[in-house]
Amino acid sequence: MSSSTPLFLRHSADRLLRAASLLCALAAAVILLLILLFLTQASWPLLQSPGDLLGAVWQPSKGLYGLQAMLGASLLSSLLALVLAVPCGLLVSIWLIFYAPATVARAYTGLVGLMASIPSVVYGLWGLVVLVPLLNAWVAPGASLLAAGIVLALMILPLLMVQADALLRESARRHLPAALCLGVSRWAAIRRVLLPALWPRLWPSILLQLGRALGETMAVLMVAGNVVQWPGSIFDPVRTLTANIALEMSYASGPHLQALYLSGWLLLVLALLLMGLARLFGSRT
Amino acid sequence: MSRLEHWRGLALALLALLVALAPLSLLLTVFGDGVALLDWAFLSGTPEQAGRSGGIGPIILSTAAVLLLCLAIAVPLGLGTALFLVEQLRPDGRLNLGLQWALDGLGAVPSVVFGLFGHRVFVVELGWGYSLLAGGCTLACMVLPLFIRGCEQALRDCPHSYRQAAAGLAISRFGYLRRILLPFAAPGIAAALVLSAGRALAETAVLLFTAGYVMRWPESVFDSGRTLAVHIYDLAMNVSGGSPASAATALVLLGFALLIQLLAWRLGRRPAAFAR
Amino acid sequence: MRIRNGLIVLISTALLAACSPEQKQTISVSGSSTIAPLMADIGKRFEERHPGIRVNVQSGGTSRGIQDVRSGLANIGMVSRALKPEEKDLLAYYIAEDGIALIVHDSNPLKDISSQQVVDLYTGQLGDWQALGGQSGSVVKVHKAEGRSTLELFLQYFKLDNGAVRPDLVIGDNQQGIKSVAGNPQAIGYVSIGSAEYEAHQGVPIKLLALDGHAASTATLLDGSYPLSRDLNLVVFGEPDANTQALLAFAQSREVADLVQQHAFVPAPQR
Repeated sequence: MSSSTPLFLRHSADRLLRAASLLCALAAAVILLLILLFLTQASWPLLQSPGDLLGAVWQPSKGLYGLQAMLGASLLSSLLALVLAVPCGLLVSIWLIFYAPATVARAYTGLVGLMASIPSVVYGLWGLVVLVPLLNAWVAPGASLLAAGIVLALMILPLLMVQADALLRESARRHLPAALCLGVSRWAAIRRVLLPALWPRLWPSILLQLGRALGETMAVLMVAGNVVQWPGSIFDPVRTLTANIALEMSYASGPHLQALYLSGWLLLVLALLLMGLARLFGSRT
Repeated sequence: MSRLEHWRGLALALLALLVALAPLSLLLTVFGDGVALLDWAFLSGTPEQAGRSGGIGPIILSTAAVLLLCLAIAVPLGLGTALFLVEQLRPDGRLNLGLQWALDGLGAVPSVVFGLFGHRVFVVELGWGYSLLAGGCTLACMVLPLFIRGCEQALRDCPHSYRQAAAGLAISRFGYLRRILLPFAAPGIAAALVLSAGRALAETAVLLFTAGYVMRWPESVFDSGRTLAVHIYDLAMNVSGGSPASAATALVLLGFALLIQLLAWRLGRRPAAFAR
Repeated sequence: MRIRNGLIVLISTALLAACSPEQKQTISVSGSSTIAPLMADIGKRFEERHPGIRVNVQSGGTSRGIQDVRSGLANIGMVSRALKPEEKDLLAYYIAEDGIALIVHDSNPLKDISSQQVVDLYTGQLGDWQALGGQSGSVVKVHKAEGRSTLELFLQYFKLDNGAVRPDLVIGDNQQGIKSVAGNPQAIGYVSIGSAEYEAHQGVPIKLLALDGHAASTATLLDGSYPLSRDLNLVVFGEPDANTQALLAFAQSREVADLVQQHAFVPAPQR
C-alpha cells in the first residue's frame, strides 16, 4: 500500500473508522447516563426516604406522594397497547403482503406511513373529541384505561407494522419457497414457519415500542381521565406517571417537584429493568 | 385458492379495515376542521391574535430549522453507532447487548423528561437560552434510538457474501463500507431517517421547554421559535377559538411529513448494481 | 447526485450563516400558560411601538415563571393568581381579571346552581342529575389537576378540601375541560369564564350556569357582581430595568384593553 492507493483500498482508514464509530456509540450511552444523573439529582431528597412514595394516595397539598396507582396505570396502559397493537399489526401486515391486491396494499401502506407522523397532540385531541364520547356512550365516563390503550396502540402500530413488514418479506424470501415446496398450505407456512422465524428479530422492536408507550405523555393525558386510582375495570379513568408529570410540572415546587422528577426516574429505571428482563428471556426463545 | 384461504383473506381484510377506521376518522376530522383556512397567506403570513388568525410562516421556518439541526446531529451519530454495533461487535457479545439495552432505555424516557433534561443542559447550563439549537440537540437525543435501530436493521440485511467478496478483492473495511454496504443499505437508512424525522416533527413537550414559545421569524439558531407541533397544542388547548387554526396547522404538518417521505425515497434509492 | 450535493451545500451555508446571535435588547417573559397568549400579543404590539426591543414570551406554567424570575432567566414572570405570602420578594403588576364559571352540556336543563349543590356534587353526596331537577343519569364531575390556580380558587371559594373531592375526570387546561364537558351530556365542570363564553358563542355545546343567582359572563365579571374571580399578574424580582418598566406600564394601560378582551379576560380596572 503506497500513498497513491485509493482511499477505499487503504487499511489505515479502518482504524480511523473504528475509533469514530466507537465514539458515536459511547455518545449514545453517555446521553442515557446524563439523563439518569439529572433525574437522580433533581429528586435526591425524596429518593432518600422512598417509603413515602409507596402509598396509594397522591395529594401533594397534604404532602402525600404515593406513586403506586399511577405506576400501575402506566404499566397497564402500555401492556394493553401492546396486546392490541402487536397481533393487529402482524395480521394486517400479513394481509398486506399475501392477500391484499397491489394497489390497495400501496394505498394502505401510505396511510400507515402517514400515521407515523401524526403528532401525539393530534391523536390526543381526536381521542378527546371522537373516541371518548364514543366510549362514553358505551360505558361512562369514556375517558379511561381502555381509551388510553387504544390511542397508544394506534401510535405504536405504524412503527410495528413497518418492522413487521420488512421482517415478513425477508422471512418469506428465505423460507416460503421451501415450505410451499413441501406441500404446506400458505397460511400454515406463514403461521408455523415465517412467524416463528421472524419473532426473535421482531422482539427488539416490540420492546422499543413498549418504551415508547410507557413514555408517551400528551395523548394519554387527554384521554385517560387522570383520576389517581387503581382501575377496577378497563372502563375506569386512570392517571399515568407521564400524564402526572405533564399535568403538575408547571405548578409544582419544592418536594412536590422532587416527587415529579422521582416519578420520571422511577419510570426510566422500571423501563430499563423490564427491557433487560425481556431481552434475557426473548433471546432464549 | 381454497375456500378457507378465501375466508381468511376476507377476515384479515375486515381487520385491516377496522384498524384503518381510526386514522381515517382522525384525518377526516382534521381535514374538515382545517382545510378552509389553508391558503398561501396562511402558509407565509405571521400569526395574529395569538395564532387564531393570520398565518404560520415563521413557525414553518422554525420547524424546518429545528428538524435540520436534529438530523444533522442524529444522522452521523446514529449511523456511526449502528456501524459500530454491526461491524465491530459480535452479535451476542456483552458490549452489544449492553448498548442495545442502553438504547432501549433511552427510547423509554418520557418526552416530558427529555424536555426538562434539554432545558437544564442546553438552555440553562450551556447558556443558550430558549433556542432552536437547544431544541434540535434535545430532539437528536430523542430520535437516536429509533434511528440507530433502523440503520442497524438495514446494515444487517446486507448479504454476507458481499463482505466475503470484498475481502477476496483486498478492499479495506472502509472501502467496503463506502462502496458496497452503505449504498446497499441506503433505502433502509432513508426509511429510518423518515421515521426519525416524523417522530421529531411530532414532539411537543420537548420543544416547549427548549426551543420555546415565540412566534417571530427566527434570525439565528440561537433565537427562540415554536414548532408546528407546539403551535397545534397551544391553539387547541390554550387559546379560545383556536381549534380551526390548530387543525389547519396539523394539515400543514402532515404535508411536511409527506414531503420528507418523498425526499427520502428519492435520495435513498439503491443503485441499480444491487438489483436482486 | 448533483442535486444531493447542492442541497448539502445550501443547507450547511444556511446553518452557518444562522450562527451569529443578533444584538438586540430583549425582554424575556416566562410563566403561566393562561396568560402567555395574551402576553404574546401585548409583546408584539410593544415591539411595533419600540423597534429595537424584542419581547420573548415563554410558556411553562406559573411555577416556572416564578422560578425563572428569581433565577434571572426571565425579566418578567406571568402568574395566574394572587401572590402567596412566601412570594413577598416579588412585585406584582395586575393586568387582567379572569373568572371561573361552572359549565354543563347544552342539553342539560339546569340553568343555575347553588354553592351548596356544588359542594354536595363534588364530595359525592349528590350523584344523580334527577336530584337537581334534570333527567336521571349519574353526574360526571370534571375537576382540575393539583397546583392549578383555578383549582385553588375553586377549593377556596367553596371551602372544600381536595382530599374530600371525588372527581370522575381530571383535566389540565381550560380547553380540555370545555371539550370534555361538550362531549358528555352528563358532565359538569368549571373553567375560565371568558373561554367558556367564547366557545359557547362559537357553537360548542356547553352552557354557563349562574352561581347563587349571579349570571356568569365577562360582563358580570366586569361590574363585579359575579363572585368567583381571580387576578392575572405580571411579577418582577428586584428592580426592573427601563425597558421592562415600559413594558409593564404598557401591559397595564388602556392601550391593550382590546387585546385583553380578545383573549376573553376582563381588563384590570385602573387601580
